[in-house]
Amino acid sequence: MLDADFFRRWMTGMAAAVDREADRLTELDSAIGDADHGANLRRGFAAVVKALEEEPSGTPGSLLVLAGRQLISTVGGASGPLYGTLLRRAGKALGDAAEVAPVQLAEALRVGVAAVAQLGGAKAGDKTMLDALEPAVEALAESLGESFAAAADAADQGALATVPMRARKGRAGYLGERSVGHQDPGAASAALLVATLAAARGAR
Amino acid sequence: MLINVPETVVADALRGMAAAHPELTVDVENRVVVRRDAPVAGKVALVSGGGSGHEPLHAGFVGPGMLAAACPGEVFTSPVPDQMVRAAAAVDSGHGVLFVVKNYTGDVLNFEMAAELAEDEGVRVARVLVDDDVAVTDSTYTAGRRGTGGTLFVEKIAGAAAEEGAPLERVEAIAREVNARCRSFGVALGSCTTPAKGSPTFDLPPGELELGIGIHGEPGRERRPMMTSGEIADLAVDAVLEDLRPGGPVLVLVNGMGATPLLELYGFNAEVQRVLGERGVPVARTLVGSYVTSLDMAGCSVTLCQADEELLRLWDAPVRTAALQWGV
Repeated sequence: MLDADFFRRWMTGMAAAVDREADRLTELDSAIGDADHGANLRRGFAAVVKALEEEPSGTPGSLLVLAGRQLISTVGGASGPLYGTLLRRAGKALGDAAEVAPVQLAEALRVGVAAVAQLGGAKAGDKTMLDALEPAVEALAESLGESFAAAADAADQGALATVPMRARKGRAGYLGERSVGHQDPGAASAALLVATLAAARGAR
Repeated sequence: MLINVPETVVADALRGMAAAHPELTVDVENRVVVRRDAPVAGKVALVSGGGSGHEPLHAGFVGPGMLAAACPGEVFTSPVPDQMVRAAAAVDSGHGVLFVVKNYTGDVLNFEMAAELAEDEGVRVARVLVDDDVAVTDSTYTAGRRGTGGTLFVEKIAGAAAEEGAPLERVEAIAREVNARCRSFGVALGSCTTPAKGSPTFDLPPGELELGIGIHGEPGRERRPMMTSGEIADLAVDAVLEDLRPGGPVLVLVNGMGATPLLELYGFNAEVQRVLGERGVPVARTLVGSYVTSLDMAGCSVTLCQADEELLRLWDAPVRTAALQWGV
């Protein structure tokens, strides 16, 4: 079972990963976007960690909702509402149980990713974070929530698969053909989110 | 770069703006700039916002006859819903608030969330999207055209309607009408440098220019060898006219992207007026200056707005803001 501490480890791990990888994310974003993805996520997940520290109680669901709200309130851009919605919807789907089964988390993440697709009006193949998130939640669901490592691998491969894609959404979409040959920064940060999830489970 | 540290550029600028403009209420912590006499009884209030780095847009357009409030985000990053909700609450007189939103995914999503939250608090909110940039091929599969120089026309003209006491539905309709009549095209002679990255966002060698750029240092659609001011004017005006076929006089904005001197902008304007003359397009009013910028990017954009009598009257109406003032 996954308890509140697991979700705290996930968010703390993501904050550290984003901090470590901020320059790489910003570099990817400067090729096809506006060179701020790393800085924005660093600010957002730092705020998440701070909010979680100030909330000593809390269930898996309520902590994810809190994290999502923090991202919406601090990140801005498109990634704030999108990542915020992912965590908030997944948190709501988990309900208020003190512990959740991995298979419940797999289902909750599927709900969260579907909400992201709806909010952003994007689908797999558009060269967005969905290209990493959708294969990851599929892999997790297929293993009934058991294989976090498979989810992380799928997210990594999904992020790499955005390189030859032509962007259709967000700022990279303005570049048309010129977006080809660059990895999508949102897919790269989404792969970090899944990798840190796997790490919190001890699967990476 | 003339900064302390990248993390505080927006807050530092707001503190400086507060010191220079006692006619504005600047909430540095929450990042909301409000005209001091808000809420103005009986009037609709315009609220806009967007990433910082486009100054004087939007905070420089806060004041009588234009915006009631602006919400500056991080550099090139949409503000968050909390800012817009706070701004809406500060300026709403009970007659409603119009959100003026540049068409970027982040801005659209954050203003959408803010509109819902503000309505929950009892504020009537309408939204208008600005998408005037012809360099982006519009299609249902993409985020659509970007909001650039047309934003100034929307904020000025709809702001004048609000100042006259027009109801929310009317102010919203005028804002949509202005946006539908605006088209822009931009050119970069050099990239810009965000404080967070500290080096140019894209690499543009001297002797080359980038056509069809936006206002965030995102590269444009095409790169060409350097051209003269006259050749650039031919290309930019024709790109706009290909999409907007004005039947009457136009308002012209010759806009600097941040690092192009006014000397060059006026020279460029002379060429723009020449091209418009050659194409048989009469000019009603012209504004030249750096109003919708992209940090320290060198380059310019041309925006044309097809006027009619009513829009021209609202354009000429008094305005008193940090960056745009006339008639008062």
